[in-house]
Amino acid sequence: MTSETKDRYRAGVMEYAKMGYWQPDYEPADTDIIALFRITPQDGVDPIEAAAAVAGESSTATWTVVWTDRLTDSTKYQAKAYRIEHVPGREDQWFAWIAYDIDLFEGGSISNLTASIIGNVFGFKPLRALRLEDMRLPVAYLKTFPGPPAGIVVERERLDKFGRPLLGATIKPKLGLSGRNYGRVMYEALKGGLDFTKDDENINSQPFMHWRDRFLFGMEAVNRAEAATGEIKGHYFNVTAATMEDMYERSEFARDLGSSIVMIDLVIGYTAIQSMQKWCRDNDMLLHLHRAGHSTYTRQKDHGVSFRVISKWMRMAGVDHIHAGTVVGKLEGDPHTIAGIYDILREEFVPKKLENGIFFDQPWASLGKVMPVASGGIHAGQMHQLLHYLGDDTILQFGGGTIGHPAGIEAGAAANRVALEAMVLARNEGRDYLNEGPDILKAAGKWCTPLAQALETWGDVTFDYTSTDTPDFVPTPTAS
Amino acid sequence: MRLTQGTFSFLPDLTDEQITAQVQYCIDNGWAVNVEYTDDPHPRNTYWEMWGQPMFDLAIAAGAMMEFEKCREAHGNSYIRITAFDATGGWESLRTSFIVNRPAEEPGFALERSMSSGRTLGYTTRPYSADQPSGQRYQ
Repeated sequence: MTSETKDRYRAGVMEYAKMGYWQPDYEPADTDIIALFRITPQDGVDPIEAAAAVAGESSTATWTVVWTDRLTDSTKYQAKAYRIEHVPGREDQWFAWIAYDIDLFEGGSISNLTASIIGNVFGFKPLRALRLEDMRLPVAYLKTFPGPPAGIVVERERLDKFGRPLLGATIKPKLGLSGRNYGRVMYEALKGGLDFTKDDENINSQPFMHWRDRFLFGMEAVNRAEAATGEIKGHYFNVTAATMEDMYERSEFARDLGSSIVMIDLVIGYTAIQSMQKWCRDNDMLLHLHRAGHSTYTRQKDHGVSFRVISKWMRMAGVDHIHAGTVVGKLEGDPHTIAGIYDILREEFVPKKLENGIFFDQPWASLGKVMPVASGGIHAGQMHQLLHYLGDDTILQFGGGTIGHPAGIEAGAAANRVALEAMVLARNEGRDYLNEGPDILKAAGKWCTPLAQALETWGDVTFDYTSTDTPDFVPTPTAS
Repeated sequence: MRLTQGTFSFLPDLTDEQITAQVQYCIDNGWAVNVEYTDDPHPRNTYWEMWGQPMFDLAIAAGAMMEFEKCREAHGNSYIRITAFDATGGWESLRTSFIVNRPAEEPGFALERSMSSGRTLGYTTRPYSADQPSGQRYQ
């Protein structure tokens, strides 16, 4: 035994950096999982020691030296902080790159991954705040995950819908409608031109509407709308419930009634989401995920988990739809941050792009693509911006912007569909649709009264607030 | 009723000039253009009849428009759609699909309900046109 090793394992407390959790010369292996944290150390805490502590506490370390490390190949299992860098413009914050050996994790389990990466470490006292900004998931590890039950391409093939964003609406008011009234709203919206309607996150089985009633009236509405239009329609039935047994029961009922899709909330947890992925795959169903609860930990830049990381985990866990921001609507959404998130969900390879908050090249190893859902305070008058920022493979979800239409729900749906198709047509014809958007909509409003009414009602509504979750880097010109 | 399948069914019927522009957009993206027709507009009728092979190597829209024109002459009172296929890895499916010709009359669909246990209903959508054998519909 060298005296160096002997010193390393002497009983007592030792700095994490000295225990091997800081290795500035370390070169991550292709199979390593890399996490990029934003660290705000307490006053007086050295940033290197803080980064090493994060590496230690998210892998093998505890607060004191333990001799039992020596029964293991401990240098392999130690996470390694290998780089820190000041956050631009924030003297008190540092980015820390930490590499984890792939054998630290059970394949195919988001719960196992997150129990390490966002486990105890987020409450660690020497840190004032900690945020998980991004992760590099190696191909070897990705291949242990199933990905979405269908994915964008297969979903489009099942629905026979190509060449444009899909349209949806969340039934409003979100609480209080009886099953019969609820189905009425669905029928009008679907017949009017939407592809999907949606339960809201907190519609489960309440005194005013039990779930079976909602499903029965709802499928009447879906089928009536299909027959009225000759087009495939659907409704995301929210099967979120207290137990997996309840969720399976509700999902099976939806399937038996002929629904093509069910819906869950993020709050059910990672294991439940993965179970529902499995069920949907086995039952030819699409899986819609509403990100209820995420803003409690994704929105503030100092502390929590970035939504781009949640997006990566959800693509691995396997959902077909995920709410991912609108840019122009009522909810948080900086354009660059949203572009980064949409890329993570939809691309086969996502290159490092700091101005979009993407810190690593990320190949997706042929995992299916997730359809991002844009929902919250959007309306037909923004169609050119929505198409520009979000592209074709997205679901534009107009709740108030359908149901609040002055001439009724069907008119609201038709206005959105006409606005969308007119904009896609113009884009494909090569027009400068982002700038000419208002004119394109106005021209369509000349022959489509519901669209004219929608523009009249909401044309000027914007939600122009400063975003809190913005990238830390801006592109700068470089000499070529 | 008006069948609303496809990308542009909520717009007034596209003119040939508008169709040409859309076909050119597909070609410029490197997609293969297909002309397909059917007299069975059921929403789950995936396989419309192919009017010849997909056109993989077009440079301009005129070639595809010629095929569409021939298809329209032969099946003027059927549904005709133009679809575009993208062979890019990770997609390998359609990128767009839009109706370019419709029968003069669109009778629509019946919704049939079969009653079973409890309140559960089974639903079947049936095109009224399917009352006639294929080839004798929309006459």
